[in-house]
Amino acid sequence: MYKILSKRFLTPIICLMEVEAPRMAHSAKPGQFLIVRAHDKGERIPLTVCDYDSARGTVTIVTQVVGASSRQICHLQEGESFTDFVGPLGRPSEFIHMTDSELKNKRFLFIAGGLGTAPVYPQVKYFHSKGAKIDVIIGAKNKDMIILEEEMRAVCDNLYICTDDGSAGRKGLVTDTLKELLDGVNAGNVNGGIKYNQAVAIGPMIMMKFVTLAAKPYGIPLIVSLNTLMVDGTGMCGACRVSIGGKTKFACVDGPEFDAYQVDFEEAMRRQMMYKSIEAEADHKCRIGLDKD
Amino acid sequence: MRNKIPRVPVREQDPAVRAKNFAEVSFGYNQEEAMLEASRCLGCKKPSCVTFCPVNIQIPQFIAALEAGNFKEAAGIIAQDSSLPAVCGRVCPQESQCEGSCILGVKGEAVAIGKLERFVADWSRENSVKFTDKAPSNGVKVAIVGSGPAGLACATDLAKMGYDVTIFEVLHEAGGVLQYGIPEFRLPKESVVKYEIDNVKALGVKIETNIVVGRTVTIDSLMDEEGFKAVFIGSGAGLPKFMGIPGENLNGVLSANEFLTRNNLMRAYDPSYDTPIYVGKRVAVVGGGNVAMDAARTALRLGAEVTVVYRRTEKELPARIEEVHHAKQEGIVFRMLTNPTEVLGNDKGWVKGLRCIKMELGDPDESGRRSPVPIPDSHFDIEADVMIMSLGTSPNPLIASTTPGLQTNKWNGLVASEDGATTRSGVFAGGDAVTGAATVILAMGAGRKAAAAIHKYLSPSN
Repeated sequence: MYKILSKRFLTPIICLMEVEAPRMAHSAKPGQFLIVRAHDKGERIPLTVCDYDSARGTVTIVTQVVGASSRQICHLQEGESFTDFVGPLGRPSEFIHMTDSELKNKRFLFIAGGLGTAPVYPQVKYFHSKGAKIDVIIGAKNKDMIILEEEMRAVCDNLYICTDDGSAGRKGLVTDTLKELLDGVNAGNVNGGIKYNQAVAIGPMIMMKFVTLAAKPYGIPLIVSLNTLMVDGTGMCGACRVSIGGKTKFACVDGPEFDAYQVDFEEAMRRQMMYKSIEAEADHKCRIGLDKD
Repeated sequence: MRNKIPRVPVREQDPAVRAKNFAEVSFGYNQEEAMLEASRCLGCKKPSCVTFCPVNIQIPQFIAALEAGNFKEAAGIIAQDSSLPAVCGRVCPQESQCEGSCILGVKGEAVAIGKLERFVADWSRENSVKFTDKAPSNGVKVAIVGSGPAGLACATDLAKMGYDVTIFEVLHEAGGVLQYGIPEFRLPKESVVKYEIDNVKALGVKIETNIVVGRTVTIDSLMDEEGFKAVFIGSGAGLPKFMGIPGENLNGVLSANEFLTRNNLMRAYDPSYDTPIYVGKRVAVVGGGNVAMDAARTALRLGAEVTVVYRRTEKELPARIEEVHHAKQEGIVFRMLTNPTEVLGNDKGWVKGLRCIKMELGDPDESGRRSPVPIPDSHFDIEADVMIMSLGTSPNPLIASTTPGLQTNKWNGLVASEDGATTRSGVFAGGDAVTGAATVILAMGAGRKAAAAIHKYLSPSN
């Protein structure tokens, strides 16, 4: 069970794996996530569903090495198996309820930050297959951190790339590109002046916060996907509590996607850091053994 | 006639020692102690203990066999009605069930039925005695959602009747609350929980972990596509409640579920596991149930000073007396008639304390308990680095929301009849998923009733 059928590094620290999980492949939908354990004493790590193939019975995940647990995941080899692989979890994106004819005339904008490109990809692919118009902004630290560029280009109408250091695309933040695009639409010189029906931002919490601030004056509907702390991912622990419009919600069962303008990002970012010092210690402990191979 | 001796005390780890470890608190009876205690049972002709046992174990019979030294026979008698005796002997609230109705308890002390059950179960395990008798397979598939006490009890009875039973469990280990909720020092996971679940598997029951019924599969897909003829939902009450007071989302405020899951299922207390857990110096636990006691005693063992904050008096504490007694022995401070009104945070967004108000008891509420009423202008603060909310849980709405025709009540519990039949034909339910948070043994009782009802449903000619 949960055998890794293929694995490749998209960048030196981001790895893509295609995992055998027939039941999940059959039921996964855009917007959902899953939880993995790399070994029998490991943490339960939530990851977004990057892709799924019902016919092959596989689910694709993308992991970036940020700590001990994600390093363990990326160290698993082709042919090896995850100890646990559970999902899909969370609510699918709202748009899966839209009919094909509704989707056909819609125009969407996706803003993907770093690893957030992975969960954005299946959504863009889905829209593309329904005949919708989609523009995508990918932002990353530098050229080496950009993933799925060619895959994305194949399924969207316009792809805008920006990096912090200018090593790929334009130098700057996704919010700069976002503002330019939206100003251009308003001025009538981008996309023939046709407004986006919906924007979706997925990436680090801080990026989603600033995208939300930047997008708000334009009145464009915006959805974000919150990558909070989680233990079980099924509504049991409440570690993923977020304030949405002043009300406490559980990202795992009420989300992970929420109306960006209702999210208390300051609280979400603070809560995400809760175990940071402990994780740093675990990371340190783990590096010794793993760096040898 | 019978042995008129006082109830045989059970040996326990010294409180000062056990407050620093996760090994089991109670050592249980040895053979001599168990046989001596068994000799106190009057062997009533109309035993009320059996009636008060939610799974109706033939208590006087097993105790008689035990007294005679026929341990295997005693184990066989229990096995007819329970597949989890080592669990129940440890965590059942016997004082309000079998032992609470024991005739000896009227003038003196009840027979220690729970400790005797535990002895028999532990003896069977140590001597590899198993009971795998079952009817020939009938090939009829039944699905069970959740591998907690309700699901395991239902699966056991159905497997014995010859059904082809598969349990679907969402977590990575089977056992439900026995695994994620009850701590090691009350219920050892390897020797007790895993062993008894293996006994259920030995009856032919299959357990598939990592399956989210309602997401990975649905009740409809199990019945329509995978050929299950009936389904039992024993998915428990997993959603934690919070108070809705200011500051509840500060860092360091956890549900008891999160705290216990990290420590029990994810073994945070064992440094060889990767699971992070944080207790700081001072922990405040809000609530007075068994889960609150488990959280408090776990935090203590992880090195914190622990205060339990409860809005009624000690008399109203819903936790078992034994658990409260153990907690006090270990050094946990109880602040009764105290209710938090706000969680106080520092400039980094971490908990630094609780603002509380003093309470007094007013008139009885619907539950019959006197309701706590705040005393005006009696606010005071308690220092704490971590606050654990143990205010109860409610059923997860996931299955109901993904199963057409399955009705719930206003507390999100599944609507089910006395024998577990839901509003969907072929779908049965029991345990906390129906009643809201209750006990292990009540869930087992509901699982057994539903098993009988499922058998009746699948074999109408009988």
